Amino acid sequence: MTKEKKEQLEQTALNVRAHILDMSTNGGCFIGASLSWTDLCVYLYKEFLNITKETLKDPSRDYLFLSKGHTVPALYATFAELEWIEKERLKNHLKTNDFIYWHPNVNIPGIEFHSGSLGHNLSVASGVAIDCRLKGGKNKVTVVVGDGELNEGSNWEAILVASAYKLDNLLVIVDRNKFQANIETEDLIPLTPLDEKFKSFGCAVKNINGHNFGEIEAALSSFPFEKGKVSVLIADTTRGKGIPSIQSRADRWFANFSADEIELLKKELYAEHQK
Amino acid sequence: MTYEELLLELVTKDSRYVVMTSENRAAMRNITSRIKDNFIDTGITEQTQVGMAAGLALRGRIPIVHALATFITMRSFEFIRTDVGIPNLPVKIVGGVPGFLSDGNGPTHQAIEDISIMRGIPNVNIFSPADEDELLKGLPEVLASPSPFYIRYNNTKPVAGHSEFKIGRAEILGEGTDIALIVHGFLFAQAYKAKEILEAAGKSVRLINMRTVKPADEEALIKAADECRLLVTIEDHFITGGLYTILAETLLKKRKTADVLPFALENKWFKPGLLNDVLEYEGFTAPQIAAKCLKKFDNI
Repeated sequence: MTKEKKEQLEQTALNVRAHILDMSTNGGCFIGASLSWTDLCVYLYKEFLNITKETLKDPSRDYLFLSKGHTVPALYATFAELEWIEKERLKNHLKTNDFIYWHPNVNIPGIEFHSGSLGHNLSVASGVAIDCRLKGGKNKVTVVVGDGELNEGSNWEAILVASAYKLDNLLVIVDRNKFQANIETEDLIPLTPLDEKFKSFGCAVKNINGHNFGEIEAALSSFPFEKGKVSVLIADTTRGKGIPSIQSRADRWFANFSADEIELLKKELYAEHQK
Repeated sequence: MTYEELLLELVTKDSRYVVMTSENRAAMRNITSRIKDNFIDTGITEQTQVGMAAGLALRGRIPIVHALATFITMRSFEFIRTDVGIPNLPVKIVGGVPGFLSDGNGPTHQAIEDISIMRGIPNVNIFSPADEDELLKGLPEVLASPSPFYIRYNNTKPVAGHSEFKIGRAEILGEGTDIALIVHGFLFAQAYKAKEILEAAGKSVRLINMRTVKPADEEALIKAADECRLLVTIEDHFITGGLYTILAETLLKKRKTADVLPFALENKWFKPGLLNDVLEYEGFTAPQIAAKCLKKFDNI
């Protein structure tokens, strides 16, 4: 990856994180995991997915389903940076005159399907992937799941079926931030070894650092990871990434900061970016 | 024509239709090899089947999903509500062996709250055919509807042919004013015979076959309440949330009341056994229904 491209991606991710912070007040949002998948989100929409503002409804577009729906602020912010929605519109967060609330919904251009109840979008995306394949489409169908979300059995059921149907146009990205809502995953329902679990379900698995654009690109450039298999990208990430004082904290799943706190956190975000 | 022959015909004509199942192939066993690309068996995974159906519907397909009625309505309830109901996708949910049709299976397989829970989901409609004839008559319109539908699968042999089908319109047999028998699905046959017994006993009877339980034909219910002395609801369902409830809700909306005799399962599962024995044991045969109606009628 060129230095210039890397810097552009980092700048967009910085802007996205700032937007997420702006949504963490006046009611707040699920900030921790929104920040953990921000770099992945930015890369996917800027580099990987074949979707533009003009092709949001085109049947040949690529799809992204955000199964861990509570982390939608990263999507809203990315869509604002891509100019799919007005940046001003982010100020409508939690306002009843708009649809920018805590979980995704199709009233926002770019959002394919609603979510919020965990463990749903893998099966929905599998249905889309089957149809794309039946119609001979080249569409890539991506689903982003949380690691805590993998407690839900419906994910594993869907993976079994997707593997049975050899859906190699399906990419599952696990935002492995190692936290459930309130507690670390390994302290409640341990997932390790997660890659082995997916492999034993018939998937082709890669592990990367989900904050390193070079690693993200290297992994995704070889999609599908293996012909005839569902690709699973386990992205090792950090809850609250970008703002050291809230990083990896169990109590920063959700946050509703005061305006003063937001100012301090933004300073911290920009200082961290300079490092 | 049979159900699977109809499916085959629809799929052949219109490739948007996709026949799906959670490894319950009873209703399409003989056609699967002929509809290859339009047939998806997800294995014993009701919720995944419904989620995938939602995904297929997002791409313009009309999935017809199949599983036993208990499992498809309850195991995957939240998927139906969330992935089909909220976006109002045209997924058709076919529940096998509903109500008494689960005969000897026992309570795990008794779908007798299915109407109640499906009708509670906005956008989801319900088709409960009386028999194979009505199943086949109603299916083309139900499948072509842009709405999600729950179909209480029933391919039993008809006791009589049915009139033209229209969503939201009950089939009404007779204009009797003593007793109105209100029924849907499999128990239509018992209600039909009960009508004959009651008429032989000198009563004037109408039979309201509520083939689409949702949207229900409220006009037919109001008219029956206005014109008939006794209303009788007959359903192989818990008394809560089904036909009796629909009647009560409809009458209340119009500030009406009526003498009502409900035949339903009161806060209990039914005794498993051979179908005819179950009907007898639970008091749902035509002679049992007619006898209770006469007794009630005489005490109004």
